[in-house]
Amino acid sequence: MTPRNDAAPSILLRGGRLIDPSQGLDETGDLLITGGVVEAHGRLGEVRRDGAAQPEIVDVRGRVVSPGFIDVHCHLREPGREEVETIATGSRAAAVGGFTAVCAMPNTDPVTDNQAAVGFIIRQAQRAGGAKVYPIGAISMGQQGQTLAEFGEMVGAGAVAVSDDGRPVASAQLMRTALEYARTFGIPVADHCEDPTLALGGAMNEGVMSARLGLRGIPAEAEEIMAIRDILLARLTGGHIHLCHMSTKGSVELIRWGKERGINVTAEVCPHHLSLTEAAVEGYDTNAKMNPPLRTAADVAALQEAVKDGTIDVIATDHAPHHYDEKEREFADAPNGIVGLETALAVNLTWLVHGGSIGLPLLIERMSCAPARLFHLPGGTLRAGSPADVTVFDPDASWTVDPAKFRSKGRNSPYAGQTLRGTVAMTLVDGRVIHRA
Amino acid sequence: MTDRQTTVLDARAMDRALRRMADEIVELNEGTDGLIIVGIQRRGVQLAARIVGSIRDREGVEVPSGALDITLYRDDLQTVGPRPVVGPTNLPWAIDGKHVVIVDDVLYTGRTIRAALDELADFGRPRRIALAVLIDRGGRELPIQPDVVGKTVEIGRTQRVDVLVSELDGRDAVVIAAKTSA
Amino acid sequence: MTSALGKDLLALEPLSSEQIRLILDTAEPFKEISERSIKKVPTLRGSTIVNLFFEASTRTRISFEFAEKRLSADTVNVASSGSSVSKGETLVDTARNLEAMRIDMVVIRHGASGAAQFLAERIESNVINAGDGTHEHPTQGLLDLLTLRDHFHRLDGLKVCICGDVLHSRVARSNIWGLKKMGAEVAVCGPRSLLPNAIDELGVTVFSRIEDAIQWADALNVLRLQLERMQGGYIPSLREYNRVFGVTSERLARAPKDVLILHPGPMNRGVEIDSDVADGPHSVILNQVTNGVAIRMAVLYLLSGGRPELAEAAKGGGGR
Repeated sequence: MTPRNDAAPSILLRGGRLIDPSQGLDETGDLLITGGVVEAHGRLGEVRRDGAAQPEIVDVRGRVVSPGFIDVHCHLREPGREEVETIATGSRAAAVGGFTAVCAMPNTDPVTDNQAAVGFIIRQAQRAGGAKVYPIGAISMGQQGQTLAEFGEMVGAGAVAVSDDGRPVASAQLMRTALEYARTFGIPVADHCEDPTLALGGAMNEGVMSARLGLRGIPAEAEEIMAIRDILLARLTGGHIHLCHMSTKGSVELIRWGKERGINVTAEVCPHHLSLTEAAVEGYDTNAKMNPPLRTAADVAALQEAVKDGTIDVIATDHAPHHYDEKEREFADAPNGIVGLETALAVNLTWLVHGGSIGLPLLIERMSCAPARLFHLPGGTLRAGSPADVTVFDPDASWTVDPAKFRSKGRNSPYAGQTLRGTVAMTLVDGRVIHRA
Repeated sequence: MTDRQTTVLDARAMDRALRRMADEIVELNEGTDGLIIVGIQRRGVQLAARIVGSIRDREGVEVPSGALDITLYRDDLQTVGPRPVVGPTNLPWAIDGKHVVIVDDVLYTGRTIRAALDELADFGRPRRIALAVLIDRGGRELPIQPDVVGKTVEIGRTQRVDVLVSELDGRDAVVIAAKTSA
Repeated sequence: MTSALGKDLLALEPLSSEQIRLILDTAEPFKEISERSIKKVPTLRGSTIVNLFFEASTRTRISFEFAEKRLSADTVNVASSGSSVSKGETLVDTARNLEAMRIDMVVIRHGASGAAQFLAERIESNVINAGDGTHEHPTQGLLDLLTLRDHFHRLDGLKVCICGDVLHSRVARSNIWGLKKMGAEVAVCGPRSLLPNAIDELGVTVFSRIEDAIQWADALNVLRLQLERMQGGYIPSLREYNRVFGVTSERLARAPKDVLILHPGPMNRGVEIDSDVADGPHSVILNQVTNGVAIRMAVLYLLSGGRPELAEAAKGGGGR
């Protein structure tokens, strides 16, 4: 139970489609929020607040009311690259995208590999007034892949997981130790799966496109070799391995293999890997450059299927803002990554829900309930007494992506100019409205 | 197109004109010594070959000849596009000290001949350059005059003169037609 | 208004067979200009061309420079050592500076694939790709086509095998596209570690043994083996490369017919090609160099000019 905050306003979201997979809920009705927590929900007009002040009534008919989205993988760049993104701009961009919480990866400068650095992020997030920010600590000191960071101290300061994301953990022994050590604190170890020697110098997926464009390719196997290594180490250690941004059909098969054997493996996929292929690189578009790279149509189909059947648990953005002129250069020299917080919902709705592969409840499970469950975070549910982290969205409304309008400082989006379906109407964190369209 | 065409020279008349031009060229040169006949791509080349043939018939001498493509010397290259097709230039004779006779089908603005003079200068320094044209239609934009003319016609800017040669066009003739807007 | 080739020549992959044929046909009359005592025509008088070489390349730069000078263009050579990464001016700043100097054409050689396209999208000047990373080297591909056509009087149905380090070769890619578009059959031959994994999806035959390639081919285009490939771990040694993949007179002697030998240069004699082959009667390596100037003149000519606002004023000048 979350402590009540009686200073928080009361809000009655009236007439929306309440979808909460955590309790099998999908009905049209009202949601009452008081004191920062979900008070009650029920059929239209049945929810009443006893006594006290009248709540603000918001008409959300035609909209979906869901537990707030949680992004377990984003890069907020602070400290170190505040010209590219800050915790404040990132958490506000998250709010615009319907996220009530995000997990910040530790590849900052300096690296988030200690208690003080974790505390800094939490304090900055409290000031920002956007989505909640949960720090992820580094696995190794300085992400150098040598010695373990102080997991216990970082968890004590508020870290929710550990990862060396941006860099793979090359040493199997270090990964083994990390998985074992993380069990003490009950946190997942999130790995960026990439064999660094196979991927060296690679700029895109290896295949006929890379052969045509004369760009060095990253084979699918660079990811899959590390994915199976991590799965086997999770079997060895009993630790929780969380595989970041899976991008290949082969990885899906390996995760499925691990889950069938009861290994404690979970996995995430990014909206761009569910919607775009390597064809987007044509013309050397640096906004289609990310790591892992965009793959083939067969990979996209396998990943969509994995989201549907649960092989992949979570959809996470890998939001990676860059300064505009960092992407304005030769493809091989351009940095990896795209912004994702403000397009994730619409991309997922457009390609997965309207594309016919999954329904709305399953999308909400992958974007809200599962992230909360796997990373042991508050939220991800509309049960009475839960923190009122709530997203209200219109799943059908069309809009055209204009990066100039992003709240993020990043403008690097491969969806620029595309018309997508799905807009966020309101985002509430602990009962406070942090975004209203 | 149903352009109204007027025939200025038919095949027989054209042949007579070319033979007379050949005679005049030999007269101008006072014989065939040191003479080089150079046709301008495209139809000037065929006319030059006829003139060379006529001199062979009359004088029993094979006068050296060549072909000049002036496209790369045009003064309007920066303004026209797409690029005109470049034809072959073939001038295997040293032209220094020789009497070069340029042969072209129609003399109009004089710009083609200006280009030909520039191009010839890159090949050497002839003793003399003369100009022989089958048709002089007037309308000069440069101070260039022919030395030998097959026929002079007076026509306006809205009309064009087409010289047809059997090698390229299937028949010999000179016709006047309205300029198409293209 | 753009030329029959468009604004730029960036690659052969997007060109049609008609466009390639136009360039080859246009190169024919340009061959003659280089035979004259005064090797110069006034065609590009007043045009300014910048040769922007981010990678050292004596051969290609000189070939372009001759082509430009024989067309009377004003040329400036800008050589920049090292890639643009992290040091010096970025390519986009270079582009903006060139644009500000009102140049007509840029010939760019750059170590990054896509660099020529990057530049072309940002400036109005015509851009000619003189080699971008491991992507394409279109004028080299064209001069190879011209050399093959000179010798065989056709390209359609010709069997050409590209030998060596296809993985890192922009020449190979331009050859593959150019030859295929003109109806030739294309094969590649080299160690699999130096062939792109998906090479067969480009519609080429793959030979693992050089002997098989020689049996099959009408012509071999032997690529330069970059010495750094050995350090990169792609092949164990140059000696072994020569023993297994070298184009030698002994191997050629066993072919059922004479096989024409091309090489884009510079050659590593005794590595990918033996001296007696390079200097032998079936080598057209120097013809390639000669044709290079004619091809580049043709490309410069075809891309140049065409200022529509001036065309109206000049009308009638070329009339009859």
